Amino acid sequence: MADSAQAIEVSNLHKRFGPLEVLKGVSLTARQGDVVAIIGGSGSGKSTFLRCINMLELPTAGTVTIHGEEIAMKKDGHGGLMPADRRQVQRLRSQLGMVFQSFNLWQHMTVLQNVIEVPVHVLKIPKDKAIATAETLLKRVGLFEKRDAYPAFLSGGQQQRAAIARALAIQPLVMLFDEPTSALDPELVGEVLSVIGDLAREKRTMILVTHEMKFAREVSNHVVFLHNGMIEEQGPPEAIFGAPKSERLKKFISSIH
Amino acid sequence: MTGGGVDLKPAQADAEGGSLILGDEALILPAYVPPKARSLLEPHRLFLMAVFALLVFCAIWFMRWDWLPKYALRLVAGIWQTLLMLFSTAIVGFLFAVPIGLVQVTGPRLLAWPAKIFCTVIRGTPLLLQLWLLYYGLGSIFAQYPEIRSSFLWPYLRQAWPYGFAALTISFAAYEAEVMRGAFAGVPRGELEAARAFGMGRFTMFRRIWLPRAIHRALPTLNGETVLQLKSTPLVATITVIDVYAVVSRIRQDTYLTYEPLLLLALIYICLTGGLVAAFRFFERRIPTRRA
Repeated sequence: MADSAQAIEVSNLHKRFGPLEVLKGVSLTARQGDVVAIIGGSGSGKSTFLRCINMLELPTAGTVTIHGEEIAMKKDGHGGLMPADRRQVQRLRSQLGMVFQSFNLWQHMTVLQNVIEVPVHVLKIPKDKAIATAETLLKRVGLFEKRDAYPAFLSGGQQQRAAIARALAIQPLVMLFDEPTSALDPELVGEVLSVIGDLAREKRTMILVTHEMKFAREVSNHVVFLHNGMIEEQGPPEAIFGAPKSERLKKFISSIH
Repeated sequence: MTGGGVDLKPAQADAEGGSLILGDEALILPAYVPPKARSLLEPHRLFLMAVFALLVFCAIWFMRWDWLPKYALRLVAGIWQTLLMLFSTAIVGFLFAVPIGLVQVTGPRLLAWPAKIFCTVIRGTPLLLQLWLLYYGLGSIFAQYPEIRSSFLWPYLRQAWPYGFAALTISFAAYEAEVMRGAFAGVPRGELEAARAFGMGRFTMFRRIWLPRAIHRALPTLNGETVLQLKSTPLVATITVIDVYAVVSRIRQDTYLTYEPLLLLALIYICLTGGLVAAFRFFERRIPTRRA
């Protein structure tokens, strides 16, 4: 614990949608430099879990701690929780770079405007500095030539790479990937995975919800298998994919291959 | 593009379920070929243009236009009054329309209901009726109170244009609130979620993402609505505001001419409409949208 600080600590997270309990007490710790892959079947709660980390979904119970700072919650009066301090949530969110399944680029802005939007208007970084950073990032994801294009004119793979650049532009403490390749045509998956792989190799802290098992095995150093809102099994990728212990995980892995 | 996430849902479900069936049976549609832009010089078009030119020539040659120089200045002043009415009511009306539309999408019921009722009542009654109710109704009530008559507002309230301005503004606000309600609701939730996920505050999100995105979506509709607003402005002539329509009516009374002033009036409105459409097109083109 002393050598690598905790980037994210989630403890005993519950999430209920009406009568349906989607998360039944999930805990997870990611230290700086960790690449955590969350796998599981559909309906296992993996996306909901990821979205609870930055409070896009409000957990029903449990705590989320980001870089040692716990998100203060209070009761919402309907049996759930809500953030006690909106500004704290906004501040902590701006340290988490989220990449969505459906890209969610802002369609009325060019690629470059998308990338500098949060640095300039949330983090209050001078515009010229933000543009310089953004151009470096766009070169990294191979979209420098497309910087003045509008998202509607890009392929899905290009849009997702632009979205990754947008998330990197806030210099996030942790990157959160919510099934980043699930909405892509098969031939476009590779270009996005290679960008994410590069980020993993440079020891960027990441939490990755994915269906790409081969990719998860390659880049992660910790794999969490969620089933029915609970952690069924977790451990290093070699153990999870090479020697799964629980029946469900065995079945899940064999069904994927 | 927005369909991208939806289209692939079956493939994704397959990947999760195990059996991976991708694209083999994908329906192949013939590529869309846009119709070729046709030249203006095609024979039937040349013929129609010739007919039109002949009509214009006849109108100029055989009709009486000698009154034009005498009334030119008044016509210009009338056009100015019309444009002033149009732009002031459209701008102020739109400023009201944004919050009235927004509360219907996201506001508490206490605000959403009055907004809905306002839109329904205003859109459900003729503009002429609203204008007369304001001018002959409210205007005459105001005149009965000495407090109002002696207040600094009276020099304005005893004129006609404030009532015309108010009626046109209220009407535009109600119609555009409905347009903006749809536009706000139509902005993809994911884009707003992305704004939240990056720590944007509510106001920044509204100002930077939600509002510009909604206005962009609504621009073609707003274009049409502004043209309609232009053509609602002549109603203020019924309460003695001297716009271009009132000037032309006056010319007809003075000269006993029936068609010439009306033709001129039509031409003026067509030119104003053309200018409006061109201005809106300019703004629409600033953010290109892909035509699927």
